[in-house]
Amino acid sequence: MAGPIGPVTEPLLRGLRGVAAYFRGVMGADAYRKYLEHHEASGHSVAPMTERQFWRERMDRQDSNPHGRCC
Amino acid sequence: MGTQPNTEDTESAQSHVLELDQELPPPAVDDAVREAEERRWTPGKVALWVAISLLGAVAWFMVALVRGETVNAIWFVFAAVCTYLIGYRFYSKVIERYLLKPDDRRATPAEYKADGKDYVRTDRNVLFGHHFAAIAGAGPLVGPIIAAQMGYLPGTIWIIIGVVLAGAVQDYLVMFFSMRRGGRSLGQMAREELGVIGGTAALVATLLIMIIIVAILALVVVNALGESPWGVFSVGMTIPIALFMGVYLRFIRPGKVMEVSVIGFVLLMAAIIGGGMVAGTEWGASFFHLDKTTIAWGIIVYGFIAAILPVWLLLAPRDYLSTFMKIGVIVMLAVAIIVVRPEITVPAFSEFAGRENGPVFSGALFPFLFVTIACGALSGFHALISSGTTPKLVEKERQTRFIGYGGMLMESFVAIMALVAAISIERGIYFAMNAPAALTGGTVETAAQWVNSLGLSGVNLAPAELAQTAQNVGEPSIVSRSGGAPTLAVGLAHIMQQFIGGTSMMAFWYHFAIMFEALFILTAVDAGTRVARFMLQDSLGNFVPKFKEASWRPGAWLCTAVMVGAWGAVLLMGVTDPLGGINTLFPLFGIANQLLAAIALAVCMAIAAKRGSFKFLWIVGVPLAFAAVVTITASFHKIFSPVPAVGYFANNAAFAKALADGKTEFGTAKTVAAMEAVVRNTMVQGVLSVVFVVLSIIVILTAILATVKAFRDGGGHDHEDAPRPSRVFAPAGLFPTAAERELAAAWAKVPEAKRFERPGHH
Repeated sequence: MAGPIGPVTEPLLRGLRGVAAYFRGVMGADAYRKYLEHHEASGHSVAPMTERQFWRERMDRQDSNPHGRCC
Repeated sequence: MGTQPNTEDTESAQSHVLELDQELPPPAVDDAVREAEERRWTPGKVALWVAISLLGAVAWFMVALVRGETVNAIWFVFAAVCTYLIGYRFYSKVIERYLLKPDDRRATPAEYKADGKDYVRTDRNVLFGHHFAAIAGAGPLVGPIIAAQMGYLPGTIWIIIGVVLAGAVQDYLVMFFSMRRGGRSLGQMAREELGVIGGTAALVATLLIMIIIVAILALVVVNALGESPWGVFSVGMTIPIALFMGVYLRFIRPGKVMEVSVIGFVLLMAAIIGGGMVAGTEWGASFFHLDKTTIAWGIIVYGFIAAILPVWLLLAPRDYLSTFMKIGVIVMLAVAIIVVRPEITVPAFSEFAGRENGPVFSGALFPFLFVTIACGALSGFHALISSGTTPKLVEKERQTRFIGYGGMLMESFVAIMALVAAISIERGIYFAMNAPAALTGGTVETAAQWVNSLGLSGVNLAPAELAQTAQNVGEPSIVSRSGGAPTLAVGLAHIMQQFIGGTSMMAFWYHFAIMFEALFILTAVDAGTRVARFMLQDSLGNFVPKFKEASWRPGAWLCTAVMVGAWGAVLLMGVTDPLGGINTLFPLFGIANQLLAAIALAVCMAIAAKRGSFKFLWIVGVPLAFAAVVTITASFHKIFSPVPAVGYFANNAAFAKALADGKTEFGTAKTVAAMEAVVRNTMVQGVLSVVFVVLSIIVILTAILATVKAFRDGGGHDHEDAPRPSRVFAPAGLFPTAAERELAAAWAKVPEAKRFERPGHH
């Protein structure tokens, strides 16, 4: 719908976006972004891993370092 | 690593030694400003806390003292939430101020060990959700339901008061101490603080306890799926769904976690709806109609394969699915209870509160109620999560109160909601569902007759009611579906259908509930097997170094097989037990879980004593003493009680004597083979009880010795990582205070490039 964004829908959209971002955080979906931030901030000279490499490495590391889940 | 005696003076002196970067704003709100803020009671604040206290008092009055015909479920919610708020605002503050003394000028491991992978500073609210998803699973959904046998009040009081004074305290302390030690695990801390004997006993106890916990969680799933074609189909479908998600994330769209979770969720819903259709066909009903023993073997084989498959293929995607469901389900349940507000007709104390031969779980109210409800009030398993994983993600020291203490309060709230769901269904149906088939006879007629013979006040169960409920939830039968999960599912279906969909939706809600419980449990089974396997490999590695290599396949497979074999044996024992399985094994689950809590609290007490905080040692001492008394008493009942329904060895002797006398049936065992099974099972259960309690007593004694020694020396060596200055700031709780907002604004002005140290490595 291509109408102007009303004064009510805008905060609503912002709220929804906030909830989505929160959910992403809890699920760990933003792990790659955080890795890039860290990589940037710590001034590494080598290039960061690509997204595919990062997730591959992350999962494979869990093979030998499992996270507990409670009952 | 600091080795100086850490009394109060040196501790504060140490903080001043921290050389903070003068170009940056301070990384913590000034102590004096924060104190002044905390001590300033504005009229609005006073009014708020008076209102919370009054509402809480009224709610407790309604729940505990008013004896009307019914009590509305909303009072449970108010009693719980108001007590949590008061406990959080006042008691956890006492713990923070006098016992733990967090210092935001110190960097957390997530800052000084930052690697962008395991050690990552995480927003406190996100981490709260993350931590909650890691600690809460099927446990708080099952224990309160089984404990409802005694009436609603004992369980309600224990869940709410227990969490404030014990469960949340344990989680908070373990998280804080692990954070100060770079995120070390409970086992490593026990070894450091209690020495070789205490540390080894703690490690062996933890390993055995994990086996028991995994076995009994698996038993809950088996009981929920036994003879349920719909449940078997839809839960079985989670395996191909998870495999698909794993492949999708690995090869098709790496990193698109939300996308794949939504796809998985849609497929999951399709599996639930499809399960109804499949179970409605003749071939589906016969093909997926499996008895409990077959399902138990299925889970054992599945458990082994799942634990040796790579994480990306099965564990990780199912974990995403499970987290996704967990948060959705809990929000949904809370909204439904608040909207529907069911009337509760169950008495505060039931006829079984004063007896020790209840059909759902055996044993007297003290101590067995306190072990039956472990998760939600005090759960030792949390100590394994609160140490290790979460502390590596905490941004600021002060946030551990919100995440550790607050996270456990949330789990307790889940337990209260499960209790409400269980007691909102009619009492007669509750007992028909939760008593073993040996008592109910397995059919609606015999079950109704048995329930009516119990002499429960106000209960007159007609066989048609049981048949109707089974039909509503789309199951062939609901008689003797013990284990808690089916009862919760019926309760949830009962509440949800009043909220969305009416009676025609009950079958969907029932299987939705079974699905998420199975999902939580299978994730816990898989992760538990893996963690236990690594613990075993690590221990064996002390004798045969090759076992320490995680990539050595034969070692990994052998250790996995040992672990799966151990919990599989206990599971099969529970499934085939003529006495009913859950009835005899669930107390062992609770005892195991709380012995682990006692071990964790004992380690915390030793650490607190070594820090020199003797005046406030009671904060750890009280829950430790309670957990120790409850679990040791329960163990002694299980070992020494002359009542066969309670004591494992008494039962063993009774059945052994019957066999020796040449009887061919005895009690609920109708054949000689069944009698032999009872003799075998009770012996195994009894020996396990003895081993647990002996190991735990060793750990607690070594902790007391360490505490006494620290008291004599006025402190002791602490094993904290050396303090490092922090270069970041973030508020401590959910809502930032005025001073925190001001400081955060100052930090926002600092250019990005200046905020973090550039170590210049790599």
